[in-house]
Amino acid sequence: MVRTFATAALMSACAVVYAHAEAGKIKIGYVNTFSGPNAFIGNDEKDGFELALDHLGRKMGNLDVQMIYEDDQIKPEVGRQVTEKLLQSDKVDVVTGYNWSNVLLASVKPAVDAKTFIISGNAGPSQLAGEACSPWFFSASWQNDQTPMALGELLNQRGVKKLFVLAPNYAAGKDMAAGVKKTFKGEVVGEEYTRWPGQVDFSTELSKVRSVKPDAVWVFYPGQAGAQFIQQYSQAGLLGQIPIYSSFTVDALTLPQLKELALGHVSTQEWVQDLDNPTNKKFVADFRKKYGRYPSYYSAQNYDAAMLIASAVVATAGKLDDKDAFRAALEKANFQSVRGKFRYNSNHFPIQDFYAQEVVKDPQGDYTMKTIGTVFTDMKDVFYEKCAMK
Amino acid sequence: MSLLIEQTLNGVQLALLLFLVAAGLTLVFGIMDFMNLSHGSLFMMGAYFAATFVALTGSFIVGGLLAIACTALLGLAIEAIWLRPLFGRGHLDQVLGTFGLVLFFNDFVRLVWGAAGRTLAVPQFLAGHITLGPALTYPVYRLVLIGVGLVVAAGLYLLVQRTKTGMIIRAAASDRDMAGAIGANVTLVSTFVFGLGAALAGLAGLFAAPLLTVQIGMGDNILILALVIIVIGGLGSIRGAFLAALIVGLIDALGRAYLPELLRLVLSPVAASTAAGALSSVAIYILLAFVLLVKPQGLFPARGAR
Repeated sequence: MVRTFATAALMSACAVVYAHAEAGKIKIGYVNTFSGPNAFIGNDEKDGFELALDHLGRKMGNLDVQMIYEDDQIKPEVGRQVTEKLLQSDKVDVVTGYNWSNVLLASVKPAVDAKTFIISGNAGPSQLAGEACSPWFFSASWQNDQTPMALGELLNQRGVKKLFVLAPNYAAGKDMAAGVKKTFKGEVVGEEYTRWPGQVDFSTELSKVRSVKPDAVWVFYPGQAGAQFIQQYSQAGLLGQIPIYSSFTVDALTLPQLKELALGHVSTQEWVQDLDNPTNKKFVADFRKKYGRYPSYYSAQNYDAAMLIASAVVATAGKLDDKDAFRAALEKANFQSVRGKFRYNSNHFPIQDFYAQEVVKDPQGDYTMKTIGTVFTDMKDVFYEKCAMK
Repeated sequence: MSLLIEQTLNGVQLALLLFLVAAGLTLVFGIMDFMNLSHGSLFMMGAYFAATFVALTGSFIVGGLLAIACTALLGLAIEAIWLRPLFGRGHLDQVLGTFGLVLFFNDFVRLVWGAAGRTLAVPQFLAGHITLGPALTYPVYRLVLIGVGLVVAAGLYLLVQRTKTGMIIRAAASDRDMAGAIGANVTLVSTFVFGLGAALAGLAGLFAAPLLTVQIGMGDNILILALVIIVIGGLGSIRGAFLAALIVGLIDALGRAYLPELLRLVLSPVAASTAAGALSSVAIYILLAFVLLVKPQGLFPARGAR
């Protein structure tokens, strides 16, 4: 009897020690695009996340961080597969990354079913902000419609009356175009939705732009397609003839290819590299030191995503099993954001400012962005009232 | 009106790019009765060679010529090492054997150039645009591509119809054994044609590189279109490939240009774009099915084709 009791005690002690050893680390699954022409986006976002881990000493609270990176090949079905793999065989504590809205939409359900937090580092499909919002989903970026909504407002301020709208035909493209049309008060004289991600030749669409003669063109072509679009816009002789505005098209990733073609290009963003706060200054300086280039909003948001997760680990003292406490801590978003301020709306999307930015040349001759004004302050997305979480 | 002309030019430009790929494919099939799926990989290798050599030499012309030469050499090496044993075999063996090559080259590229893909800018001297008429300007690069395509088409026509080599090519295409029996060196001509086809794929890869991004699998999509073209045009027929490429290119460009307009009368812009994109790509395959049904030998079959 005594022996049985002693064995049982020893075994439970071992179990406690074992559980404690397991609890000594947090496993983070990270899904993004690491192959194909848009791998530079996935790598940039990963670099932002990794820099945050460096700043955290590769620990969140008292837990060591273990990262598992997976490639979604910019395909929703592959994104879902690798997410399921991370949840089921790696048993990660959090999944994050997710650049593309269609990939994210496909990957949310497995995470929600597994009661695992899924945090978007970029994609912000309207569905997840409204009816399909979830207690397990958080955005570290924005809702898709918002950035182009800020741009639409900027177009009003600049007196644009006739606008031509071009975007790829997938979840984010539709959200973005809807966003710019929500705030733009003039007339949309043309609207084209191109195949995604396959189409990189825009000759047909550019011919239409020329024939319609709008006051301005607005496009959303993230990544490599954006560089292609602006180059073809120039080759078609439209650059300088019809002003072009964009969302998520001209940025720190495409500028090295576009160079002087993009000089003076104006767009909107929730973060610009010159934002004046100490966290951002340190982020930009260390990013440039470590990677030898300017960070983009992609890497900035992923830096914030890592800091957000770390803040929840600290607030719950590393008790990853207490999901409700972890969620409450995420909702508080108690961390220093590179955006200066960061707080959550009821649908787990940030309430934040949107800035107008312009492409400039820095003293070293590199191309970068400069803030030229604030378009919206403390902006909420337009879908949160449809979300059941209050 | 100028919009219609511009969209037609877009279609012709796409058509000639497709023709460059389809020509090699159809020549090889016509003469050697060989179905070479790895032709798309040669197109991809041409683009990667172009991106590499243009960056190395700093010149689009020198780098481009090197890329074409390398693609031709690569084609010859593939033929000698991998394809020759498959020549006498059935089409299924050939398709499987060359499909293996497609997989090999996709991973080979990943190994050598990495997963991220490359970019090649339009060369400075071709980067502008010219005015062709009132309210009609067109990028120089695309016009040059149209010009090169037309020159290649004319050159191929002259080669096949007007030279002794061409005579042997035509003889071998209609009856390989008989052409050999009366003393034509069919093996040499076959190798020449294979090298020529590879060089054309390389040329297409070079010109496509600035328009499309240079990436893994870029040959797969174009191979499918090229196969559709050579079936519509008639297997083995250069003339058929040229005309079928024009049909396919124009259907794609004009479909993308005007179908959304038409569909927008009944659908929302997003739905119209989705439907128009689907319709104009489906239209090509409907045409293919129709041709196979009505004229199984293709619209413009090579003379003497069985």
